[in-house]
Amino acid sequence: MALLKSNKVIYCLGNISPSLGVLSTRNSSWWGGVQMGPPDPILGVTEAFKRDTNPKKMNLGVGAYRDDHGKPFVLSCVRKAEELITAKHMDKEYLPIGGLGDFSKCCAQLALGADSEVLKSSRNITVQTISGTGSLRIGANFLARFHGGPRDVYLPKPSWGNHTPIFRDAGMQLKAYRYYDPSTCGFDFKGALDDISKIPEQSVIMLHACAHNPTGVDPKPEQWKEISDLVKKRNLLVFFDMAYQGFASGDIDRDAWAVRYFIEQGHNILLSQSFAKNMGLYGERVGGFTVVCNDTEEAKRVESQLKILIRPIYSNPPMNGARIAATILNTPDLRSLWLEEVHFMANRIIKMREQLVAGLKKEGSSHNWQHVIDQIGMFCFTGLKPEQVERLTKEFSVYMTKDGRISMAGVTSANVGYLAHGIHAVTK
Amino acid sequence: MSVFGDVPLAPPVAVFKLSADFREDGHPQKVNLGVGAYRTDDCQPWVLPVVKKVERLIVEDAGLNHEYLPILGLPEFRSASSKVALGDGSAAIKDGRVGGVQALGGTGALRIGAEFLRRWYNGVNNTATPVYVSAPTWENHNSVFADAGFKDIRPYHYWDAAKRGLDLAGLLDDLEKAPEHSVFVLHACAHNPTGTDPTREEWKQISEIMKRRSLFVFFDSAYQGFASGDLDKDAWAIRYFVSEGFELFIAQSFSKNFGLYNERVGYLTVVARDSENLSRTLSQMEKIVRTTWSNPPSQGARIVSKTLNCPELFAEWKSNVKTMADRVLLMRDQLKAKLQALGTPGTWDHITQQIGMFSFTGLNPKQVEYMIAEKHVYLMASGRINMCGLTTSNIDYIAQSIHDAVTKVPQCRS
Repeated sequence: MALLKSNKVIYCLGNISPSLGVLSTRNSSWWGGVQMGPPDPILGVTEAFKRDTNPKKMNLGVGAYRDDHGKPFVLSCVRKAEELITAKHMDKEYLPIGGLGDFSKCCAQLALGADSEVLKSSRNITVQTISGTGSLRIGANFLARFHGGPRDVYLPKPSWGNHTPIFRDAGMQLKAYRYYDPSTCGFDFKGALDDISKIPEQSVIMLHACAHNPTGVDPKPEQWKEISDLVKKRNLLVFFDMAYQGFASGDIDRDAWAVRYFIEQGHNILLSQSFAKNMGLYGERVGGFTVVCNDTEEAKRVESQLKILIRPIYSNPPMNGARIAATILNTPDLRSLWLEEVHFMANRIIKMREQLVAGLKKEGSSHNWQHVIDQIGMFCFTGLKPEQVERLTKEFSVYMTKDGRISMAGVTSANVGYLAHGIHAVTK
Repeated sequence: MSVFGDVPLAPPVAVFKLSADFREDGHPQKVNLGVGAYRTDDCQPWVLPVVKKVERLIVEDAGLNHEYLPILGLPEFRSASSKVALGDGSAAIKDGRVGGVQALGGTGALRIGAEFLRRWYNGVNNTATPVYVSAPTWENHNSVFADAGFKDIRPYHYWDAAKRGLDLAGLLDDLEKAPEHSVFVLHACAHNPTGTDPTREEWKQISEIMKRRSLFVFFDSAYQGFASGDLDKDAWAIRYFVSEGFELFIAQSFSKNFGLYNERVGYLTVVARDSENLSRTLSQMEKIVRTTWSNPPSQGARIVSKTLNCPELFAEWKSNVKTMADRVLLMRDQLKAKLQALGTPGTWDHITQQIGMFSFTGLNPKQVEYMIAEKHVYLMASGRINMCGLTTSNIDYIAQSIHDAVTKVPQCRS
């Protein structure tokens, strides 16, 4: 520790007096001044969980679906697609910079709907990306380079923890609009409209298409309509993050309703999609980034610039996951099977929500836990405060993020009672 | 009115445009000597037999799933990658001061390394640190470092067009004159695009200056195994620098030597002074990865890891790599022999002296244009050809085309 501190001191001096800095680094390390980065708030939870030896431990951190035995779930449609692919003996040649064409097409179709006017006029550009993160980052980099409006991106408060550093690293600045109402554990509609009405024109506003992360609180259709009108009035550039299409209601089209509505209303949106959750392809890194443009000519220009951005990051995307996703979406019986399996996953989560609330009632909790059932998607914003979260982790080995978010996917019929017990213990 | 009304149409990336043009060409004798991917003697892509074997094992393994990898990548892949680069007996690995980041291809490894250096090297966020890349170099090097935020990217002398070899004096002079702490991107072997590597003596001279002047060593190693057919021989320069005590980065690609181009398998090896500096460095690289792609793709890393960590599969892989390297060496020999037999003006020794996938033919842009337009032989404007595009069926046509280009299209005035 002392060595680290002294390196820091010398490093600071080194900035004033270069020769001193050089002396220290030559004898020690180039990296003497590199600070230890804190563990990732979300992914760090899993790492802490792994180190825990308590047999009753629960990982409710990262949003990865688990079956009712708490095991990772490989979808049957994925296994079937993999068999089909293996039998084809394809080569491993580089994909184009924008990825697998078959994939980009069906990725856009899934989000926008097969009968979308945008697709018919070919006025979108959709590229394959490194899952949702990669998609957001490409979008952020594109905005930083080409958006003529303010540098500010408005996130809902709260938002996925990684949104902020992604946009910041790309060179954008972050602001927020009210979203979650802690007093109701629901949507602060008035607050959102009020804040949005004050956003400077041409700023970028980020909207979660469905199954808001981390709160699970989504606007109702009538509320979306008002948001769309207001955003149009303010002339804001809309960036949708859709990481859970299918996971919110169990219905693909229902979950994409807001995205499609906004497009119909004339917003030329940016859209990030992830197939990590709805196809269980987490580690294969499958995603898409779409820009809805005025016309094909503009789409071509935007596409050319996206390629210029992508090439110096990773050249071209990985094949495996995109090939699986495209095979599923383009093979009728695999696609039907997939829709069933997504529905099944979403339903299991809904059941767990109901069982958790029932469990809390049984424990004798006097709090109102209705929001656990009202919230939608993989996550539940319990309303637990940081101190309560800490207790839940330390005393019960229940791992979650500090903001009180739990991944319902990590709850099973076997452990939901234990979870209810723990939550009650720290909140009574 | 559109927010993107002013977005200009960007020029296509040259090497991919070349392939696109090739695809559209209907000429029966067309040849693509552009993009750097291996081809068999039937001019087909080659999925390595060991890769096919391992992929089947993976698909049939019901115990495997598609869960997220850790941010820094698959652990077994990471350790195996460092070992491949630094050698089984590496003292640095034993000392616990070697680590790294699984990345999306060699490109991804370069980018993570570049992002880290911009943030943490030579001060904090010092975008003015000069980054030197060889003249010429892989064209994406410039963009990687520029997009990572470096403002001062400079060439160092490398290719001597007159003598068709390494401009050692120019290189060493640039090393002596570079500001201290400058970053130098060195090609570990099979220099792209020239195929010209320093000899071991020349590497020693480079190393001596870099150490004395505190220059940062950033190796790009995209062709280990491909250059000579021998993994250890191709890693000599890297291992020499490590043994000389440098803290350095190595961007490794498994695209070529595993033929896993589209699975994006790469690794950034980090050699630090000690494990403590290493762990702080890796923790910051994690943050960079998290906002770029969160965690890397699993398929390719699994294939490489299974292969490298199993002795029989590792042996089979080495033999597959030798197959590829040997075919390239054969084509080099034959091309040179044919050009000499045709009496094509100039000396063609560089064809067999150069090493790896590429050859810098020495053809000038006008001659290249002629090759493409008249002969339907596609190569980069720099005169770079991918030796893998040569086959026993097309080599006569290619040799004749080069002969015609050289004799019919004048040399540029230098």
